[in-house]
Amino acid sequence: MPRPLNELQSLAKQVRREIVQMIGAAKSGHPGGSLSAVEILVELFFDHMKIDPKNPGWPDRDRFILSKGHAAPVLYAVMAEAGYPDTPLDKLNTLRQLGSVYQGHPDVRFIRSLEASTGSLGGGLSLALGMGIAARLDGCPSRTYCLLGDGEIQEGQVWEAAMAGAFHKLDNVVAIVDYNGIQLDGFVKDIMEVAPLADKWRAFGWHVMEIDGHDLSAVRKALEEAESVKGKPSCLVAHTVKGKGVSFMENNPKFHGTAPTPAEVELALQELR
Amino acid sequence: MALKTKFELKLGAATREAFGRALVELGRENRDIVVCDADLSHSTMTTYFAKEFPDRFISCGIAEANMVGIGAGLAYAGKIAFVSSFSAFVVNKGFEQMRVCAAYPHTNLKVVGTHSGISIGEDGPSQMSIEETALACSLPGFLVLTPADEVSTKALVRAAAEHIGPVFIRTGRPKAPVIYESGQKFEIGKAIELLSGSGVTIIANGLMVAEAIRAAGTLDAEGVSVRVLDMHTVKPLDHEAIRRAAAETGAIVVAEEHLVDGGLGVRVAQVVAETVPCPMEFVGIHDTYAESGPASELMEKYGLVASNVAAAARKAVARKR
Repeated sequence: MPRPLNELQSLAKQVRREIVQMIGAAKSGHPGGSLSAVEILVELFFDHMKIDPKNPGWPDRDRFILSKGHAAPVLYAVMAEAGYPDTPLDKLNTLRQLGSVYQGHPDVRFIRSLEASTGSLGGGLSLALGMGIAARLDGCPSRTYCLLGDGEIQEGQVWEAAMAGAFHKLDNVVAIVDYNGIQLDGFVKDIMEVAPLADKWRAFGWHVMEIDGHDLSAVRKALEEAESVKGKPSCLVAHTVKGKGVSFMENNPKFHGTAPTPAEVELALQELR
Repeated sequence: MALKTKFELKLGAATREAFGRALVELGRENRDIVVCDADLSHSTMTTYFAKEFPDRFISCGIAEANMVGIGAGLAYAGKIAFVSSFSAFVVNKGFEQMRVCAAYPHTNLKVVGTHSGISIGEDGPSQMSIEETALACSLPGFLVLTPADEVSTKALVRAAAEHIGPVFIRTGRPKAPVIYESGQKFEIGKAIELLSGSGVTIIANGLMVAEAIRAAGTLDAEGVSVRVLDMHTVKPLDHEAIRRAAAETGAIVVAEEHLVDGGLGVRVAQVVAETVPCPMEFVGIHDTYAESGPASELMEKYGLVASNVAAAARKAVARKR
């Protein structure tokens, strides 16, 4: 039974509030690329993926890798809301503090329920391929989802992995590109153009779908389509807005890696009521 | 005494050949063994595994970074993943993945470099790996192994598969002198005393173990009693064997087919400094790259031969108080 969209929408708003609060409390972190990925993660964790948060080691579970590891706050908030045993909801605001399980970037040493430690860009899709190959060898239905940043795909390793994923016909792997158009130094088109993005993935042999990454039903539909594609991996090019949901963060490169001030946190929370 | 004859050695299989054979044996016993290679399977000898277990052999093309990442992904999902290429490529191009996807999360990844050192000969310095012991040892939690011959390679590849956590194994291209009889027991982190002298200790690994034994023959004829330790595990080091060597022989030579900077020698020196300080000499490559040429001539030119090991031992002995 798919989750009602209005339920997912209110979860998305709650996750946005948590992202702003935890990064505000930490006084450092990456709000923009966390907010742009909210609907993608909410749809994956609360609707599409076959997971059992109470039993994170379930061998047949679907897996999620946050290759753009700096968006850790969105992953932490979603996992905390989902009820994993090692992602306490009441500790989200300890993000980035000494002793917190909520490390600056995802770290399996602190949260065993995470599928991988990430943070150095370009590495996650290779891990996803390894997990996809393992599932295929074991005859296991597990599917692996990997979220990449649009700036991240400037890394050469991503294209080594893109080539290998298609070559090995890994139809149990889905790459999702959070195409928000902004990276640390500014707009992606001014730093190192990645367009035409869908064409690139298509040329590498992937089944490509372009969607509005904030439209939950579009994300859901694309994930379902990916599941029906056989013999090749799928790539969702998700058009998103950096800083989505907070007016003064939207499309503002400053909020790639700058925490909101206490006053900005208040403003943001008013908008996210 | 593990040797058939005391100072003379016959030639056996290359350590890369032994690695390839060991993988097949492991693959027959354990379905979770998966092997990745980057278009060098006929040189790394993973081709034997590929032939017998095509489903569990993952061709990664000439893309080492992605290969190490795939291996780590397999390991995250419960496999015992071996990734292999020339040391010069898999360690240098895959280093960041060894760091972030293997060392830091402590995944069960086994990285095997072949064609290590300068004994690959004619291909020259771009293919010669002389830095990778330093690189691999710098990664927290990695085990670093450098077997000397066929028997030790097979045993240590098996030990690596049984160990839970990341391992780097350094193997070579040329045929390696036979050091051990089959059945010899190996334990990760435990040096093997091949000759038990009292006047000086030569600590070596890889191809330099044979040179150490030959040097011991020369020194023996001069009346110097030599202890030879095969330090097949560079990390974690056998502190106790090193401490005893320093205390009981009072002089140590370390011989390795690797840069002296960051290699076995400086790691042994740290233990000596912390336990029983004694004169030490270092045989290895000193802050330079080699060149093309026949392996034996290169080893001679760069001092990686018994005569140079013996000369270093004489120097160390002369410095004893």
